[in-house]
Amino acid sequence: MKDKHTPKTAGKVVYKLGLSKPLIAVARRRAAAIAGPVQDFIAGHTTVAVERATLRLLGADGANADGVPVPNLIAQSLRERIGSGLSQHYLSALLREGKTPAQLNEAVAAGYDLSKVPLADKKSLQVKARELAGWMSKRIRANVAHRDSKLKAFAANVKSPMLYVIVATGNIYEDVKQAQAAALQGADIVAVIRTTAQSLLDYVPYGATTQGFGGTYATQENFRIMRAALDEVAEKEKRYIRLVNYCSGLCMPEIAAMGALERLDMMLNDSMYGILFRDINMYRTFVDQNFSRMINAAADIIINTGEDNYLTTSDAVENADTVLASQFINERFALQAGMPKRLMGLGHAFEMDPELKNGFLLELAQAQMAREIFPEHPLKYMPPTKFMTGDVFKGLAMNTLFNFASKATGQGIHLLGMLTEAIHTPYLQDRYLAIQNARYVMNSMADFADEVEFKKNGLIVRRARQVLSEAADLLGQVEKLGLFGAIEQGLFAEVKRPKNGGKGFDGVAEKSPDYWNPVEDLLKKQLGIRG
Amino acid sequence: MMVKPYGDTLDDGAVQLSFSLPVPFSGKAKEAARQLVIKMGFAHCDIVHAAPLSETFTFFTAYAKTAAAVDFDRVEYVEALADKSLSMDEVNAFIKKNFKRKLVVVGACTGFDAHTVGIDAIMNMKGYNHHFGLERYPMIEAFNLGAQVPNEALLARAKELKADAVLVSQVVTQKDTHVGNLTNLVELAEAEGLREDLLLIVGGPRIGNKLARELGFDAGFGPGTYAEDVATFIVKKLEERRSR
Repeated sequence: MKDKHTPKTAGKVVYKLGLSKPLIAVARRRAAAIAGPVQDFIAGHTTVAVERATLRLLGADGANADGVPVPNLIAQSLRERIGSGLSQHYLSALLREGKTPAQLNEAVAAGYDLSKVPLADKKSLQVKARELAGWMSKRIRANVAHRDSKLKAFAANVKSPMLYVIVATGNIYEDVKQAQAAALQGADIVAVIRTTAQSLLDYVPYGATTQGFGGTYATQENFRIMRAALDEVAEKEKRYIRLVNYCSGLCMPEIAAMGALERLDMMLNDSMYGILFRDINMYRTFVDQNFSRMINAAADIIINTGEDNYLTTSDAVENADTVLASQFINERFALQAGMPKRLMGLGHAFEMDPELKNGFLLELAQAQMAREIFPEHPLKYMPPTKFMTGDVFKGLAMNTLFNFASKATGQGIHLLGMLTEAIHTPYLQDRYLAIQNARYVMNSMADFADEVEFKKNGLIVRRARQVLSEAADLLGQVEKLGLFGAIEQGLFAEVKRPKNGGKGFDGVAEKSPDYWNPVEDLLKKQLGIRG
Repeated sequence: MMVKPYGDTLDDGAVQLSFSLPVPFSGKAKEAARQLVIKMGFAHCDIVHAAPLSETFTFFTAYAKTAAAVDFDRVEYVEALADKSLSMDEVNAFIKKNFKRKLVVVGACTGFDAHTVGIDAIMNMKGYNHHFGLERYPMIEAFNLGAQVPNEALLARAKELKADAVLVSQVVTQKDTHVGNLTNLVELAEAEGLREDLLLIVGGPRIGNKLARELGFDAGFGPGTYAEDVATFIVKKLEERRSR
C-alpha cells in the first residue's frame, strides 16, 4: 500500500544526543537478522486464531445458544483441516446452500456442520472469496477514509503528545459515561481495558457485556457501542477521539479483524508480550502477531507495543537496553507485516525508582533516545506504576514529572498516570486530575524541547549512548542464540519460556501444500508484501 | 486516650475530602455537596474547590471537621509481625540455627489475577526498593509460579516441593473477586490435608492482616511490605509451631 499519509501522530524531533548513526544501523541489521528466521517459520504456519480471524473478515459472526462464537464452532468441527485453511469450507457452504454469510452464521449457530460439506471447485471458491473479501476491504477502506476526513477537519485541535486514558468499569454502558467525560475534559485517546484474563480465552465473547473484573470484555458489539459514543463527543468537541483495545492474547488476529471492521484507531499489539507475560506459546504468538499486524496495517490502526512491561518486572536502569532491543525487534516484525512506521507506537515507560539520585535525568535521556532512534514512530510513553504506592499526593507529583519528560522529548502517545494507580481502577475525578495536570504542564512548557539542549558529554548524553550500545550488544547476543533460543534462556524481562510450552501451542498448524487463505492473499497484495 | 484528626490544633477534627456528584456544575451543586458532607456527620464543611467533570458530573474538594473520636487504647489489632523484621542475613542465620535445612516457599498470583508486581517484589532475586527478594536468600528455596495460577495447581506444586509456606498475591480486588478465590484456597488446602503443615500467607494492596486471618490465612501483608517482613514472619511462625 502506498503511504500517502504524513505522520500526524509523531511530534517534532529535535536531535540533541549525538547518537551514532552507524550503531543504530547495526542494531537495525541485527533486528532484521533476528526476525528473519522467525518470519520463515511464520510463512509456513497458520493458527486456529488466524483461521478464525479470516472467517470473521469473510463474514462469520454470531454465537450459539451456549455463547460459543460461530468462528469457534467452525474451527472445532474442522480442527483437522486447519493446515489447509478453513475459509474454503465456509465459502463452499455459502455456495452450496446459496446463503448469505448472515444466514449461514445462523445455521452454524443452530448446528449446521461445515465438515460435512464437500469443497466447491477452485474457480467458484475464488469468485466467492473475491466478492466477500472485496466487501470486507471496502468496509475497512471506508473506515480509514472516515477517520482521515475527521482528522483533517479537526486537525487544529490535535494535541502533542496525545493524551491517553483508560476506562475499566466492566460494564460497557458505564464505560461510555466515563469515556465521554474524559474526552470532554481533553483526552484524545480512550482505551477500554479488557476484563482480567480475557487474553487467555481462546474465543472472543459475543454481544454487549455489563460484567467484567478490572475491565470490560472486548467484543465486537462493545467496540461498536464505544465507537459511536466517542464519535458523538468528537463532533461536539471538534476533536477526533481515538479508540483503543487489546490486540493480544490467544485471539490476537480476531481482535484485529473486529477492530478493523468497527474503526478502532489503536491496538495494543506486541510481538513478544504474550509469550513473556502471559505464557502463551511462542510459535503461536509469532504467527498471530504477524497476521494481526497485517490487518492493523490495512486498517491504518496504530499499534502500541508493550515494552513498558519489561520495566514493571525488571529494573529501569539495568534493563533499559532490553526495552530498546525489543523496540528494534517489534519494529522489524511490524515492517515484515507491511506496516508503515507512522503506525508503530513503540512502547516505553517512566519507571525509574523515585529514590534514585538523578533518576529523572536518566529517564529524560532514555525518552529522548527513543525519540531520536524512532523519529517517524508515534512513541507510546507509559506512566509510573511500579513505584506508585497509594500515597496519592506523591503519585500526583511523580505524574507531573512524567508529563514533563514526555513533553520535553516529543512523545506521541502519552498514557496519563493516575494518582490512584495501585489502589483501584480510575475514578471519574482521577482522570480529570490527570488531564488537568498534563494540560498545565504541557502548555506551560510548550516550546521547551526547542529551547533547551543537553550538555555535551553530560550525564544525559552519556546515558543515552550507553543504552544504545548495550542494546546493540544484546541484539548481537540474541542473533547468535536465535530469538526462540533467547526467549528460552530468559534474555527478555528475565522470563524464560520453553519453545513447545505455554498456552495455545495445540492451535498452531503447519500449512499444507493446498493451504489457501484469500484474505491473507488480498492483504499481502494491498500491503505490498512479497512471498 | 481519645483521638481525633489533627489539622493544626489538637482535636480540631480536620479532614480533607474529595468526591464527585452526578449533577451539573453550579452553585446549587456546591451547596448540595456541602449538605452531603454535613449529612456524613461532619461539622463546618467548606467546599474549597468545585469543577465540572462533564456536563453531568461535578468534582468537589472539601474540608470539614468531625466530632468523632476513637479510644486508641481499646483498639484491637494483631500485627502480622510483633517486632521489627529481621534482616536478610538474620533470617538466614535463624534458619540455619533452628531448622538446619533450607525452607521452601512457593508463591503465585492465583485465580484470574495477572498482576505479578507484588509477588515479584517479594520473591524475585532483585526484590523491590533495594530489599532483595526471597530468591536471593541462601537458606530459602523460593519458587515463583507467576500469574493466573489455579489454586489446585498451586497446592499441587506446594505438595510436590514439600513447601513450608505458600505466598499468594492478589492485586485485582474489584468487586471483591479476591475473597472467593482466597477462601477457596483455604478450603482446598484443608480438604487436601495440607493446612497443618503449610503456612498460608496472602499479600496485596488491599490486603491486611485482619482480613487475611478472617479468611483463614496465617497472615496478610499490605502495601509497604518487603521480602524480609514476610521471611521474618515465616521463620518465627514455623519456629513457634515446631517448638509447640
